[in-house]
Amino acid sequence: MSDLPTVPANPAEAAPRRSGGRVRVSGTDRIFLFLMVAIPTILVVCWVWLPAIASVVLSFARWSGVGGLDTIEWIGTENYKNVFTNYPPFAPALRHNLIWLVFLFVLPTLFGIFLAVLLDRELRGTRFYQTALFLPVVLSLALIGFIWQLIYSRDQGVLNAVLGTQIDWYGDSRWNLWAVLVAAGWRHAGYIMLLYLAGLKGVDPSLREAAAVDGASQVRTFFSVVFPVMRPINIIILVVTVIESLRAFDIVWVINKGTNGLELISTLVTANVVGEASRIGFGSALATIMLVISLVFITIFLSTVMRGEQR
Amino acid sequence: MTSATTVTRPPATGAATAKARHRLTPGRVVLYVFVTLTALAWLFPVVWALLNSFRDYAYTSVHGYVSLGGFTFQNYINAWEQGDFTRHFLNSLIITVPAVLLTLFLASCVAFVVARFSFRFNLTLLGLFTAANLLPQQALLIPLFRAYRSIPLPVWMSDSGQLLDSYWGLILVNTAFQTGFCTFVLSNYMKALPHEMYEAARVDGAGVPVQFFRITLPLCRPALAALATLQVTWIYNEFFWATVLMQSGDKFPITSSLNNLRGQFFTDYNLLSAGSILVAIPVLIVFFLLQKQFVAGLTLGATKG
Repeated sequence: MSDLPTVPANPAEAAPRRSGGRVRVSGTDRIFLFLMVAIPTILVVCWVWLPAIASVVLSFARWSGVGGLDTIEWIGTENYKNVFTNYPPFAPALRHNLIWLVFLFVLPTLFGIFLAVLLDRELRGTRFYQTALFLPVVLSLALIGFIWQLIYSRDQGVLNAVLGTQIDWYGDSRWNLWAVLVAAGWRHAGYIMLLYLAGLKGVDPSLREAAAVDGASQVRTFFSVVFPVMRPINIIILVVTVIESLRAFDIVWVINKGTNGLELISTLVTANVVGEASRIGFGSALATIMLVISLVFITIFLSTVMRGEQR
Repeated sequence: MTSATTVTRPPATGAATAKARHRLTPGRVVLYVFVTLTALAWLFPVVWALLNSFRDYAYTSVHGYVSLGGFTFQNYINAWEQGDFTRHFLNSLIITVPAVLLTLFLASCVAFVVARFSFRFNLTLLGLFTAANLLPQQALLIPLFRAYRSIPLPVWMSDSGQLLDSYWGLILVNTAFQTGFCTFVLSNYMKALPHEMYEAARVDGAGVPVQFFRITLPLCRPALAALATLQVTWIYNEFFWATVLMQSGDKFPITSSLNNLRGQFFTDYNLLSAGSILVAIPVLIVFFLLQKQFVAGLTLGATKG
């Protein structure tokens, strides 16, 4: 699933601290409270955090995964050395992930923000516009890969009919990354538009009125008044875009399992485990690289979000 | 709760903008043309799939797609049968419903504690849950896959005899991943609930279970409805875990069964269209009927009330 949550800061809703800082709880209540936290925590720790740590640990090992834990052979940083020097698909995968990020950011993200700003301007029939842009957001990226096949097909696709070309948009490694990015961007722009529009609705109208009274143009008002106030949303959108590009998987896997011009780090990890030759240590090294990149941005995200909480 | 789909402005600016709206300046015409074209372009891929799904392949392959005629419903029947849709839809149901209920329940529990009781680790806890939701799934795949293979389950729970290739495994992994997001949204929502109700309840001697089940959960109904809509869509759309953690083809939920249908469908584009539309129907229902709930769930945390 490539959807990302948005859980931004809201200083106004910071926890109502109890005067004494503590609430008296009886014995049974204490047990209840403990279980209410413990059970979900165990689930999340066992299913998310322990595997994440195990990925890091296993990245220093050589293991076929067949035998027990005692068959693990510790080999230090050799897996990483192999990833960087001895694994041809890695460089393209990293490059594709980067292209994915830059593309999503430069086109769909900025376009989504632009559309949100336009739709925030009291247009007639705004409901129709929003609905149309929102449509791809409910579809899975796997399904989007399917639907766009009708446009990209070599023989029967609309695109070739319009351009008069004979390109296999999903199959030709010169084009397929861009074709996939357009399809993924179709969804991403709608998603960003929704988030940003919701943020814009929350901007205090008196700010804009004050700017208008001062004679600022609409463009000027946006950049010097609205945009700075939207800082939390801006950061969230940035992080959402980064994580989305790092997690990209479904659409590429459904097209050709991430080969022939569509390599991504996520597909390499998967291919190393699920494929016929299961290389656990090597795959874990790739997974750890992903983990480190994502943790940097998750930290930025959480510190933005939590700042509101702490106040 | 903010819903991005309703556009109501505070009355203070109403008069001024109403006047501006009626004045059609050239700039505004350009604006309308631009957003209309964009909206139509955005609808095109889905409308195109819908249109072609009702057309006969034999007809369109002779006359091309820019033609009229050859309308049929047969593609849907063929897609349903060849794709074994009954089974895959059922699988999606078996996985999605328990996962959503479990996610909302567990998230409510944590959110309640975080919102109502000032424990020292509240922020840590929230961070632990929220970050878990953002990690790339592939980063956890290898150990999880290996663990799933070695955790035995009784045969009445899973005919594979292990957590791998079982509905339980998928339900749990989806729950673990989605709980973080719901916890965050719900804890913000619960913090905004009127404080006095809890004081009164406490004076009456109500314990934690009563405060949780009788007061908090009913008050959170709007948030829970919005999150449920969102989670049904997301878990129904989930592709990665089902693809790697299910081994037998007849257990795939509908979204990840797309991968297997590719070979069967990619030769007949009208069949492919019909199959795509069928897979999209549940989320299109969400889109048309529960749009407000969906958008609310998505933006619930993003803006203040």
